[in-house]
Amino acid sequence: MSMKITFPGALTTVQDLGRFGSMRFGFPASGAMDTDSARIANLLADNDEREAVLEMTMLGIKASFDSDCVIVLTGADMTPEINGEPIPMYAALEVRAGDILALSAAKSGLRCYMAVSGGFDIPSVMGSFSTNLKCAVGGFNGRALKAGDVLDFRTQQDTLFGISARRLEEDEIPRHDEFIRVVLGPQDDYFTDEGVSTFLSQVYTLSNASDRMGVRLEGESIQAKAKSDIISDGIALGSVQIPASGKPIIMMADRQTTGGYAKIATVISADIPSLAQKKPGDSIRFKAVDIKQAQKIYIAHERWFRNFAVSLMRS
Amino acid sequence: MEGVRFLLCGDCALTVEFGNEISSEINSRVKWLFDSLCRKPVKGVRECVPTFRSLAVYYDPCVISFDKLERKIKKRLDGMSDTAAQSARVIKIPVCYCEQFGEDLAFVAKHAGMSTDEVIRLHSGTDYLIYMLGFLPGFAYLGGLDKRLVTPRLESPRTLIPQGSVGIGGEQTGIYPIASPGGWQLIGRTPVRPYDAKRQPPILYNAGDYIRFVPISLEEYSRIEALVKNGEYECEWEELRGECV
Repeated sequence: MSMKITFPGALTTVQDLGRFGSMRFGFPASGAMDTDSARIANLLADNDEREAVLEMTMLGIKASFDSDCVIVLTGADMTPEINGEPIPMYAALEVRAGDILALSAAKSGLRCYMAVSGGFDIPSVMGSFSTNLKCAVGGFNGRALKAGDVLDFRTQQDTLFGISARRLEEDEIPRHDEFIRVVLGPQDDYFTDEGVSTFLSQVYTLSNASDRMGVRLEGESIQAKAKSDIISDGIALGSVQIPASGKPIIMMADRQTTGGYAKIATVISADIPSLAQKKPGDSIRFKAVDIKQAQKIYIAHERWFRNFAVSLMRS
Repeated sequence: MEGVRFLLCGDCALTVEFGNEISSEINSRVKWLFDSLCRKPVKGVRECVPTFRSLAVYYDPCVISFDKLERKIKKRLDGMSDTAAQSARVIKIPVCYCEQFGEDLAFVAKHAGMSTDEVIRLHSGTDYLIYMLGFLPGFAYLGGLDKRLVTPRLESPRTLIPQGSVGIGGEQTGIYPIASPGGWQLIGRTPVRPYDAKRQPPILYNAGDYIRFVPISLEEYSRIEALVKNGEYECEWEELRGECV
């Protein structure tokens, strides 16, 4: 009941929805960058949405299976194949012992997720399966996967009841927009009116230095009233920091828990997955929504997941 | 509560800001609210992170809206008692101050115009308030460094500072909980692990606690290091009364 990695891709780690409850100790949350894809993969695989998944970045894995199992691939399209034949994404798939799974470079999006029915047999560290590369804990021995690694499955599952219905239709697959919605604050008052309007009107491009910690942007500098340094405070997921250079950095899953740059705005939760699928060179634009709208969007997003989970139970 | 600001941090977090300076008085209010929300949780609050002068509150908007949470916290703050009466604890962290672990001990002494023994006496003679934890797991931002020990950071940071190193960087002092690059002047090392993912709890101390560094010899360092390795060492704690806070 396992799979053997024969090629690890560019950066493949084990993630779940994050390590919570320890941020007050300075422990980063980590977790999947595109949590929508991770949740959908698990739900289609008939798992709890908080199960461990593989997160592949830019270039996918090659692996062989030593037993029958059911897998689901979501997120970036890395033209997945089994034994050389193309396979669909966003669908539960039966895999047979001896099969070879091969993914290539991402054609669209940046991060592809893989779930296995029953889950990967990964020990939980501080309440989470997520890999924290900087602290070298969690996930698979606290590190990215390497060729030769063997990932055990928790159960043997050769099929799922009603497997053909465990899929997303083309029009249900999440789309990623150029517009990223934000709520202004907590420190938007550190910036001039011109600075805020630059932020909300200009096109920004993802830099090569973007990673799981932060999405770094190139584009017009955002003008602060004076210094943009603050006395360090908490950093929420999606916080848009403006350092002295004036170029925004959006704080992502592996962000530190506290920091000393003023934050002009925070990306709304529902748009974090879109951001996680942007590649270096892609462009984005920010759009402000007020807190009431933002929380309405959050609730609608969660309702979609609840309905989706219920519909899978019925099928 | 006068002067308290509620800052928006997106759709599922807010910051309660008590002031715009680093002071133990403001920090004690942060701790008061943090303790209050731990003791009597507000439904929908997922997690809180205390910092120098504010509390980050992470919550679930499906359970509670920003407006409602703001009202609830305001009400809580109306009941804030004299924060100076809060009791506090001090953890005793053994430190071997020596040339082997404290490569910059001689430089710090020279910069302060005193002997290395005097540096050790001053550095270990203070109870440091943990204003907050951040930057790295278990990294404590400490207040209370003696002005005479203030030493600029290294001109070029070291690429790897060993776990447990104790250093001074400008007006700050502290422990590197894991091996990390850094620019602080190193004056010693502790065999104790402020952070250990396999231990319960993984982090030794909380924001609001105090740290006292206790000088130990190299022999003592080796003895404690062996105990720590077997999970058999526990740091000593001492209760402090209100007036220190």
